[in-house]
Amino acid sequence: MIGLEKRPTPSRAWSYATPFLAVALTVIAGGLMFAALGKDPVAAIRTIFYDPLFDPQFAAYSRPQLLVKAGPLILIATGLALGFRAGVWNIGAEGQYIIGALTGAAVGLALYPAETRAIFPLMVLAGALGGWVWAMIPAILKTRFNTNEILVSLLLVYVAENLLASMAVGRLRNPEGGGFPGSRNLSQWDAAKNPELVAGTGMHWGVVAAFIAVIFAYILLNRHLAGFHIKLAGQAPRAARFAGVNPARLVVFCLGMSGALAGLAGIFEVTGPAGQISIDFNVGYGFTAIIVAFLGRLHPVGIALAGLLMALTYIGGELASFMLGIPAAAIQAFQGMLLFFLLAVDVLTNYRIRLGHREVAR
Amino acid sequence: MDLSAISATLLVASLMVAATPILLAALGELIVEKAGVLNLGVEGMMITGAICGFATAVETGNPVLGFAAAALGGAMLSLVFGVLTQIFLSNQVATGLALTLFGLGLSSLLGQGYVGIKPPSTARLDLGPLSDLPFVGRVVFGHDWVVYLSLFLVVATWYFLRRTRAGLKLRAVGESHHAAHALGLKVRAVRLCAIAFGGAMAGLGGAYLSLVRVPQWTEGMTAGAGWIALAIVVFSSWRPGGVLLGAYLFGGVTVLQLNLQAAGVALPVEYLSMSPYLITIAVLVVMSARGSKRSLGAPADLGKQFHATH
Repeated sequence: MIGLEKRPTPSRAWSYATPFLAVALTVIAGGLMFAALGKDPVAAIRTIFYDPLFDPQFAAYSRPQLLVKAGPLILIATGLALGFRAGVWNIGAEGQYIIGALTGAAVGLALYPAETRAIFPLMVLAGALGGWVWAMIPAILKTRFNTNEILVSLLLVYVAENLLASMAVGRLRNPEGGGFPGSRNLSQWDAAKNPELVAGTGMHWGVVAAFIAVIFAYILLNRHLAGFHIKLAGQAPRAARFAGVNPARLVVFCLGMSGALAGLAGIFEVTGPAGQISIDFNVGYGFTAIIVAFLGRLHPVGIALAGLLMALTYIGGELASFMLGIPAAAIQAFQGMLLFFLLAVDVLTNYRIRLGHREVAR
Repeated sequence: MDLSAISATLLVASLMVAATPILLAALGELIVEKAGVLNLGVEGMMITGAICGFATAVETGNPVLGFAAAALGGAMLSLVFGVLTQIFLSNQVATGLALTLFGLGLSSLLGQGYVGIKPPSTARLDLGPLSDLPFVGRVVFGHDWVVYLSLFLVVATWYFLRRTRAGLKLRAVGESHHAAHALGLKVRAVRLCAIAFGGAMAGLGGAYLSLVRVPQWTEGMTAGAGWIALAIVVFSSWRPGGVLLGAYLFGGVTVLQLNLQAAGVALPVEYLSMSPYLITIAVLVVMSARGSKRSLGAPADLGKQFHATH
């Protein structure tokens, strides 16, 4: 009979190997899913993972998209991972992303049509602040009233979505837009735009911010006392309390950081790739970032790589839906599957598989 | 604005309809949590149930088969969660989230081609002269069988948990899995059964949304109903009666908010639409401010991993 035996310490080798194993298993299972949809699985996998990067026809368009899509994912996931490590579950990043975009855009639009580049940093600050404030709601409810932060942060996503819809047709609507919902186009306004920094790479300020966030998170977690407290609180909450870690401050810090980073992702998106506040401006980066955080094993460098891979599935998914008629929803299911496999193979990190008969009468 | 247009009879009647999906899902999650498992995938199981039920009902023309398929679909999906958390010992919070993300993708994949179709209608239960009584007739006796099933299940859940040996075992597993294991109870098996039951109930709730309440299939149509069901379990202090109260309270808010929208209140529609979520948060805060989770009645081993070492 097959049994599991807990390892004295988690296996380092397996902790590096499991993400790759999970990706391999997802590719196999995804291939089966595409076959079930009546598509050639090899062609589908090739279109998703290979063509966006190397196909001579599409690569010129697809390659820059990689950083455009990975930027917000990495930015949000880096913040989420800090909390997940400490056992603080912020799953409402989608809401903080929306609010960041709204507050940042509102600050910018209030100053329209001024033409000074100082507006852009102001908007970025307002975006980070907006996301931070939205994340402070579950943080304060958690620390003051011990309310479950998972449910509150998630329910606030629906509140934020309604707020976005109301703003897009109300306060932030473009007065010269002929009554159509949606704000002025921020990416065409020189004072507020978040342009591509190096032509043909897709690099914009949000991507720069994402890589800075990765570096800071790495330093925080490995070289700084606060990072040590985060890890300690996640692995041994009781020991953390004896070591003088203040749980309330940790909740506020983790939720605040992840909220601010999600807000940043929102404002960089709305001033750059998205261009304007519209009713369906958010596309689920806040939720996909949860997968990215786990796929990156909650480690900043891992998250950067995982973000790029997840961005690739987005772009490849679009290409597959365009070329092979694979529904966009299949990619969403594919991404969900990846998280399943990741969680399943993670057992190998913490447990050893033991074959043979169990001893009787212990 | 004309508030007199809101009829109390219709309000209460539609309240019951609005509350039923959440009541079903929350009752299922109650059993799951009583067994010590926190499944955050209710939203994913609900929406999978919604499309499984919808597709089956449309293809067969029989809503009852639709509800059966929804329960089956929800249970199958929940077993993915069950296998991962109970056998592969994965983190319950993360796995539950994965279930929701996967369920949302899977449902919109299955739902391709079902957008804009009307499902076969679920008939009102004919209760003869009872339905003709003024007010009470329409409010209490004018519903379809699922509403009565959900009310029956509230009582059945209470009876199961409080008055049966199996219910006692389930609660023992949730309060202390090590003690239950030492007594010879099969912790994993009990939990897997509870998880499958929770999935089936969430599936039923989802199907009620797509077959009766809306009735249509649209992507992401559950719109947070699964999360609200989770909140209602906390609100109920893990008691079936509390789940009923919470679900009907929430149904009332939803229906009132929709009626106010129709009556043309001077508030933008979006603000009214967000009110159920805000009220759910407010209720959660009030509940949690009253005491620790433990004193509110949460099972002691809720969300903890169980690995039998000997």
